[in-house]
Amino acid sequence: MGKRPSGDDPNVQIAVKLKALYQSVQEEAIPARFLDLLEKLEAAERSVARGKE
Amino acid sequence: MSPENNDFKREMLAALPSLRAFAMSLIGRHDRADDLVQDTIMKAWAKQDHFEMGTNMKAWLFTILRNELYSQMRKRGREVQDSDGHLTETLAHHPEQYGSLDLQDFRRALDKLPPDQREAIILVGASGFSYEEAATICGCALGTIKSRVNRARQRLQEILQVRGENDYGPDETSAPITSRAFVS
Repeated sequence: MGKRPSGDDPNVQIAVKLKALYQSVQEEAIPARFLDLLEKLEAAERSVARGKE
Repeated sequence: MSPENNDFKREMLAALPSLRAFAMSLIGRHDRADDLVQDTIMKAWAKQDHFEMGTNMKAWLFTILRNELYSQMRKRGREVQDSDGHLTETLAHHPEQYGSLDLQDFRRALDKLPPDQREAIILVGASGFSYEEAATICGCALGTIKSRVNRARQRLQEILQVRGENDYGPDETSAPITSRAFVS
C-alpha cells in the first residue's frame, strides 16, 4: 500500500497512470450489446447461407 | 456455417476488451467509445474476407477503429476533438470511472494532447504494440510514431507538472480518502 512507482521519473509515472486508465476499461465485462450484435451478425449470415442452398 | 466464421467471431470477442479500452482512451466517454466499437465491429464483420486468420486480429481491429474515428471526426468537423465542455461532461457523467483523483487528472491531461500524439502513446504505452506495429496501425513511418510518443510524453509531463503546482496537500475531495487510508 502507498508504494510509489519507482520514485521521481516522470515517464515512469506517466506510463503507470496510462496503463491504469487503460486497464480499468479492459477489465470490464464485455457489454451485452456487443454480444447481441455478434449473435445477430452471425444469425444473419447463417440465414443468407441457408438461402443459397 | 463455416468453421472459419466461428473462429473469426471468437477472435473478435477475445480482442473486444482491449478494443474498448483503446476507444475509451482515445475518446474519454463511454457512450461514444462504445458507439465507435459498435461501428468497428460492423465494419470488420463486413470486411472479414480481408482478414487472414492467424494474423493479428487485435491490430486489424485497432486499425479499423482509428480509421473510423478519424473519418467520423472529419465528417463532424472538429467537434470530437477536445474542448473543456466535453471534458467536464465526461467527468460529470462517469466520475466513478477513473478510480482516483490522480487518474482523473491524468485523463484530463491525456485529452489535451493532439489526437495523433494521444493515439501514439496509447498504442505503445498501454495497448502493448511495438513502435513498428503502431506505425502500421496509424499508417505512418516508424520515426513519426517515435517522435509522436516522445512529444506526447513531454507534453503530459508539462501539463501534469503545471497542474501539480496548485495541488499541494489534500483538497476537500481527497482529504477523506487520505485520512481513511490511515484508518484501514
